[in-house]
Amino acid sequence: MNPKLPNSFRTGPDERGHFGNFGGRFVAETLMPLILDLEKAYAAAKADPSFQTEMNGYLKDYVGRPSPLYFAERLTEHLGGAKIYLKREELNHTGSHKVNNVLGQIMVARRMGKKRIIAETGAGQHGVATATLCARFGLECVVYMGAVDVARQAPNVFRMEMLGAKVVPVQSGTRTLKDAMNEALRDWVTNVHNTFYCIGTVAGPHPYPMMVRDFQSVIGEETRKQMQEAEGRLPDSLVACIGGGSNAMGLFHPFLDDPSVEIFGVEAAGHGLTQLHAASIAGGRAGVLHGNRTYLLMDDDGQIQDAHSISAGLDYPGIGPEHSWLHETGRVTYLSATDDEALAAFMLLSRLEGIPPALESAHAIAKVTELAPKRPKDHLMVVNLSGRGDKDIPQITEILKGKKQ
Amino acid sequence: MTTRIDARFAELAKEGRSAFVTFLMAGDPDPKTSLDIIKALPKAGADIIEIGMPFTDPMADGPSIQAAGLRALKGGMTLRKTLEMVRGFRKEDDTTPLVLMGYYNPIYIYGVDKFLADAKSAGVDGLIIVDLPPEEDDELCIPALKAGLNFIRLATPTTDDKRLPAVLANTSGFVYYVSITGITGAAAADSKAVGDAVARIKRHTKLPVCVGFGIRTPQAARAIAEKANGAVVGTALVDALRDSLDTQGQATSKTVAAVADLVASLAQGVRGAKQAAE
Repeated sequence: MNPKLPNSFRTGPDERGHFGNFGGRFVAETLMPLILDLEKAYAAAKADPSFQTEMNGYLKDYVGRPSPLYFAERLTEHLGGAKIYLKREELNHTGSHKVNNVLGQIMVARRMGKKRIIAETGAGQHGVATATLCARFGLECVVYMGAVDVARQAPNVFRMEMLGAKVVPVQSGTRTLKDAMNEALRDWVTNVHNTFYCIGTVAGPHPYPMMVRDFQSVIGEETRKQMQEAEGRLPDSLVACIGGGSNAMGLFHPFLDDPSVEIFGVEAAGHGLTQLHAASIAGGRAGVLHGNRTYLLMDDDGQIQDAHSISAGLDYPGIGPEHSWLHETGRVTYLSATDDEALAAFMLLSRLEGIPPALESAHAIAKVTELAPKRPKDHLMVVNLSGRGDKDIPQITEILKGKKQ
Repeated sequence: MTTRIDARFAELAKEGRSAFVTFLMAGDPDPKTSLDIIKALPKAGADIIEIGMPFTDPMADGPSIQAAGLRALKGGMTLRKTLEMVRGFRKEDDTTPLVLMGYYNPIYIYGVDKFLADAKSAGVDGLIIVDLPPEEDDELCIPALKAGLNFIRLATPTTDDKRLPAVLANTSGFVYYVSITGITGAAAADSKAVGDAVARIKRHTKLPVCVGFGIRTPQAARAIAEKANGAVVGTALVDALRDSLDTQGQATSKTVAAVADLVASLAQGVRGAKQAAE
């Protein structure tokens, strides 16, 4: 769509936080000075070798990195095409990729002297990761979670509370992730002097989309190295699910300038794209929400619409701004998977590989079942297994009971 | 270029008093009642009228104004209808300044140029857009100034002396000082701290400074009006409106009067203030 293709896809954002037409800093004045401070603090941390050394230490010994790149032999045989590798982010401490980003942000917060951490969470994975690292570093932790999500992700609520975090059920709006983010922003505006907002995805005002992407890029960097070791070359394709898009951006970013690598993001199509869904690129358009310009689900008056996905972590009416730009430049292809397709993929991976994926990650697996059979046997496909499915088992049990009746 | 806002502050300076600025949500609880309320405000004592443009995700607003926006949206309010409401008001009143306040997305989707043209012709005088800091001035602020509308900026307790010049650079009409770090309808403002802050802002600008957030009573309005060129009240009015609704959230025969009576008593407070800080 965009005729001006950049020389590199990896240099963004510009100094104002723009990825092409997307991104930016659309926040209330109260927050603006803090966002500028954060930008400086993050730049200083990035330039400080001791920051990286310290982070690498925690990534190895606390998070358990590198996460394996696992050849999914039975899934590969079953689909009969591309050779499928799973990037096992679900084996990280706390059970998902979220911890990579939280560790980085908590270390920045410590450098800034902030003692109180707030976060929004959808599925609860980001909330759990934040609660975990706040426990580890002795910081106060408040997690905003939509009341609907509190109900459907009960195991993660218990975990956060056990870790010492305060979980605040958000009753406003649609009572899901977007409202949790609104409420976290309201808390931040109120407690701006002592509070650090640990955003869980590659969205929000600059520098968050860049900073979160940088912390998540460890996924793609490891994958490059591990694929080199396993197969002696780059993968041919990458697949990841997208709510806000942090696990996808982490896997994709190190490969954006390798034109031989096909890249697929998978949005949540909910009940289907003509009905309730959460696919901002497939069903939305550019607008401004939560500090950035990006693709959003909205009506003709610019009012934000309710998203729907079986997976709480994808149930968000927007997407990170860098994804919007990668869509418009055509570098990444955005697909979508429905609730039913994700459920089927959840069962498939559980039965074939003994790995129940998070319902979020199951959306990526669902598209792998379509993409892999159409590709030759020497095609190397990497799918990001961003989280584990344990948290979803109560919900899936209920759904399966309902289907039997 | 002199706008209605400039003219109003010039008149008030002659009278030696501060402005009473009211905020209500357009279309709350329905378009007709909302227009009736807005029409009643000048007579009740409002010097400048701020009208909220409803938005689903008002990140800087507390529960009262969030609920007002949702009532308005449920009642079918849109940005187009908000501009129609302004036209309806202007048929009877060509002098009271009208400021639209809200969030950027509905304007962005309406189309910036079309919005500015329609707003200007409807009789809008200024805009306050919460999520457009000076870093995003190219989006709407500069085009609005070119279109002849005032762009009123929020300054907050976190806007320090180093940052104030950037915040004030393209501000016109007046400066809206948010007296607390927080959302609308939260804590009350301390009038001593407000006085210091207003004095600090005035070292950087000749524009009038109005103060809002946390003002609920005639006494508080009076205290603020003694420190600033204007006092803004929003949540207290929205709450009075809400309390007048029936159990279904519909307007009653008391709704317009409930708001107008509170406006009148708050206006008394502002008018009772001693000469405002200059």
